[in-house]
Amino acid sequence: MSDSSTVSAPATEKQVQNNLELRSKSQAPSRRVLRKFFRHRLAMFGLGLLVIITVLAVFAPVFAGYDYAEQDLKNTRQPPSATHILGSDSFGRDVWSRMLYGGRVSLQVGLLAVGVYIALGILLGSLAGYYGGVVDFIIMRGVDVVLCFPTLMVIIFAVAILGPSLTNTIIVIGLLGWPGPTRLVRGQILSIREMDYIMAARSVGIPDRRAILRHVLPGVLPPLIVSATFGVAGAILTEAALSFLNLGIRPPEPSWGNMLSQAQELVILEQQLWLWLPPGLAIMLAVLCINFIGDGLRDAIDPRQRDY
Amino acid sequence: MTQYLIRRLLISIPLFFGITLIVYGIYALAPGDPLTAILGRDKMALMSPAQIEKMRHDFGFDQPVIVRYAIWLGSALHGDLGYPTTGSKSVLENLQERLGPTLLLMAVSLVLALLFGIPMGIIMALKQYSAIDYILTVIAFANLSIPSFFLGLGMIYIFSLKLNWLPTFGMSTVGDPFSWGDLARHLVMPSMILGIFNAGVWARYTRSSMLEVMHADYVTVARAKGLQERVVIFRHAFRNALLPLITIVSQSLPGLLGGAVITETIFQWPGMGMLSWRATINRDYAVLMGVTLISALMILTSNLIADLAYAWADPRIKYD
Repeated sequence: MSDSSTVSAPATEKQVQNNLELRSKSQAPSRRVLRKFFRHRLAMFGLGLLVIITVLAVFAPVFAGYDYAEQDLKNTRQPPSATHILGSDSFGRDVWSRMLYGGRVSLQVGLLAVGVYIALGILLGSLAGYYGGVVDFIIMRGVDVVLCFPTLMVIIFAVAILGPSLTNTIIVIGLLGWPGPTRLVRGQILSIREMDYIMAARSVGIPDRRAILRHVLPGVLPPLIVSATFGVAGAILTEAALSFLNLGIRPPEPSWGNMLSQAQELVILEQQLWLWLPPGLAIMLAVLCINFIGDGLRDAIDPRQRDY
Repeated sequence: MTQYLIRRLLISIPLFFGITLIVYGIYALAPGDPLTAILGRDKMALMSPAQIEKMRHDFGFDQPVIVRYAIWLGSALHGDLGYPTTGSKSVLENLQERLGPTLLLMAVSLVLALLFGIPMGIIMALKQYSAIDYILTVIAFANLSIPSFFLGLGMIYIFSLKLNWLPTFGMSTVGDPFSWGDLARHLVMPSMILGIFNAGVWARYTRSSMLEVMHADYVTVARAKGLQERVVIFRHAFRNALLPLITIVSQSLPGLLGGAVITETIFQWPGMGMLSWRATINRDYAVLMGVTLISALMILTSNLIADLAYAWADPRIKYD
């Protein structure tokens, strides 16, 4: 077993760093956070790769070479070659082009679904935290109830009823994610609400709505950004899983998840790796990058982390 | 403690009704006529308007939605969850049949995730900022980021198709008599895939929890007493670091049940997940309502147990 020196030595090194940071306290806190974030190696790796993925997805028509739905029934399931970098699928469609357009779907679902539930979370969490009492009780019991459901099962249930589509995928993921941010916002507001500057705002007659928007929410934002980042990663995974089960994005519209869905056919799984390996790796890399960024942000923002 | 117990039980009652309300609410969103959904268009075409009206009345479809909810809740409380569109077994019988395999799968994956995740987290914490810490951190993040179906396909490709070591579907080899070895071989891949996400979560959790505890005053005191580092770590730090794990494990249940849908579908594991996927494809609302309701109630119960266990294990919890 390791002796205590291995445990405490890096801590002292960190302390030195903290002292240095204390000395340069004139810097704004936001700049300190940014500097810490940019020093996080995994986060920088993630950010770099994600930028590349995003550029490829956003400018898909430029990099694709083929339309994602363009069929070539004479050349189906061709292995990678000069004409098709990643080969072609069962309808002779270019796998590389479908990958790029699929990336658009993933990023879109990730950002929009998380946007929906973060907005809901801010609204409900502010109401619960600021007003307390009955409002708080009802909203928080709502949180408890939603947290009792296995998200994917409810999503599947809802999709069975609403029908699978891009919009429905975004809506359903968005409507189920609000408990996390609601709790977060409420908790933060409960602690901020008691602070002197809020009391001051109230005492000079600033209306509640403005007090929340202008003075309380900015304090809530940093942890919310961290949770939203991990949320995007989760939403991308959920969309991929749904599409894999044929309950999300439907072909011919490509999504990394539904591209993998073909590999449930044993011939494809065994002999046509180019059809399922690239989209699977793409999901994994994209999600990994976003998780690294989230970790970097949390390390930079969370003051507790600085103790070690 | 008794007071805490009663309080905690009482709060479960509105949650129970909330759960049933949501399950029925999703169902009520269904477009189209519920009678058509049950009977099918062809049968409806053969019936006279009076007959249709009578059936509508018999099913209670002419009632307002809140009354229909009450009727559904009433029969659900009596264990009547209706009948699926295919087969002769009721939804409840279907669920009873499927519950065992799913629980087995979940339990094995939980144990695997704990066995991998916790030691990983402890090593990371003890070797903080070392190369090992970095490598394990990346591995833990990979666990969180790999889509379970992709990993599933990859494992089938390697271990079934290329190496021919493990079976690709079901709980047992068709035609063979039951044996534990056979069941274990069928369990390996599905349980690993279902557990991998949690292994990553718990590794990360254990790391930060251990680090926090290692800097607590009582650990410093234990060291100052001159205790061996091993004793400090395992008797003083470790125990306290793992206490919140009770809650964390219970919180992983929804994810496991949701993940079971994917894992069971890939491996044709005859559990609730596969049942719900099939029901989705067939638009079998009664089954979907049943599965969702039962899953949510299982989670409600396990949260309750976890809270009580935590209160029992950690005397710092105040019962007011």
